[in-house]
Amino acid sequence: MNTILKLIICVILFWGTKGNSQPEMAPIKGEAYIPLYGRDSLLVTIVDFKMDVYPVTNQEYLKFVKENPKWKRSKVISLFADKSYLIKWASDTTFGKSQSSKAPVTNVSWFAANAYCECQGKRLPTVDEWEYVAMANEKQPDARQIKTYNEYILSWYEKPKTFNNNIGSTFKNYWNVYDLHGLVWEWTSDFNSVLVSGESRKDVDNDSNLFCGSAAIGATDLMNYAAFMRYAVRGSLKAKYTMQNLGFRCVK
Amino acid sequence: MKIILLLFISMLSFTSCGNNESNKKEAVIYQCPMKCEGEKTFNTSGSCSVCKMDLKPVASAENVLSTEVSDSSIFNLTTKWNTEEGATIQLKELKGKTMVMVMIYTNCKAACPRLVADMRNIEKQVPEKNLEDVQFVLVSIDPETDTPKRLKEFAIENYMDGEQWTFLQGTVSSVREFANVLAVKYKEISPMDFSHSNIISVFDKNGELIHQQEGLGVDNKETVSKIIETSSK
Repeated sequence: MNTILKLIICVILFWGTKGNSQPEMAPIKGEAYIPLYGRDSLLVTIVDFKMDVYPVTNQEYLKFVKENPKWKRSKVISLFADKSYLIKWASDTTFGKSQSSKAPVTNVSWFAANAYCECQGKRLPTVDEWEYVAMANEKQPDARQIKTYNEYILSWYEKPKTFNNNIGSTFKNYWNVYDLHGLVWEWTSDFNSVLVSGESRKDVDNDSNLFCGSAAIGATDLMNYAAFMRYAVRGSLKAKYTMQNLGFRCVK
Repeated sequence: MKIILLLFISMLSFTSCGNNESNKKEAVIYQCPMKCEGEKTFNTSGSCSVCKMDLKPVASAENVLSTEVSDSSIFNLTTKWNTEEGATIQLKELKGKTMVMVMIYTNCKAACPRLVADMRNIEKQVPEKNLEDVQFVLVSIDPETDTPKRLKEFAIENYMDGEQWTFLQGTVSSVREFANVLAVKYKEISPMDFSHSNIISVFDKNGELIHQQEGLGVDNKETVSKIIETSSK
């Protein structure tokens, strides 16, 4: 009898810790929508998935680095991350003075973010999935036509150093997801599908209209200037780049 | 005691002698396959004085590849790929050859045939003697459609079925990762069609990127000379 009781307690404890260590995820109901840059048919269909409620924090990333030493700053290979990988951290396993453990981890490469999500049994969101969740404001799943939604994002783009703020410090959107706008930019699994880099400008026919004036004319939604900015940044990235205002979150 | 000392001295002279011999460059060095006399090497062919087996040439140090994979080498990628011959390989199994890589998909009607033609054109310009040290690798952007069978058919149709050609099928995520390494951008624009950048990349024997050629039908002189340069080392 005693052993059974112990067993039950163990199991409960195990569940408890498991529940604590796994970050919350919000269910996202998929639907077809028209992103700023879609496929030939314009409509993109999103299948139901779950998204991390918050971006991955310094604290969470530290745990990952401790468990996977090859992602330590001193160990990471140059194929997978540039020189500014985790540059603000004081050492391999301590944060910088001005850094909060609850702030989103930044200065991580796509390879690092990808490996992190894989380790959790998750993956990075696609551009289309990310944009789908991010077009919501507090009340509506698609707030792209609402003036305050666009103004909020653009005013964030003007604010310096928001990457030092703690997760959860911006608004909770329609899907119960925080911080898609207002803290950091985020990696997506197929960021390299935006064909606007130096390489592709020369030789890729399709997305050349993402540039400047022609971009605005070719896009589906002329109001969404903030989205232009995001696509432009994605197009300029390489997978080993790291930036101080670029973090990530995972989906399942 | 004296005997031990003598033995010791003779061993010393013996090893230093061996070193002198192996330090000579360009010369072919021979060694007993059974290593009857330890690491002793010879400058001429012959037979081992102990076991009478024929001495075998050993590779000189310069020709031996470093077993360490450098930081920026693509051999750090551990994903598995299917070849058009139905084998499963990791990229590092291609180690030791100069690699010329491109990303294509077999359904492609516009850019890929030209990219493939560019590859063939480059291959034609590489001298015969270098060719066996060069591997031309075509990685499919569309792993769902491009099965090993289909890649094999494509290889035959395009006269690229020789030993020097390899076609690879990965998974959606491994292809994405690989494209990120090459800085190739691509996007599915319909179930049949991908938009993609046209980059031919040259890697040396240790998997380090040494040259990229961008665009279709561009002047490939530099690419060819880089291939010859690295494969003749």
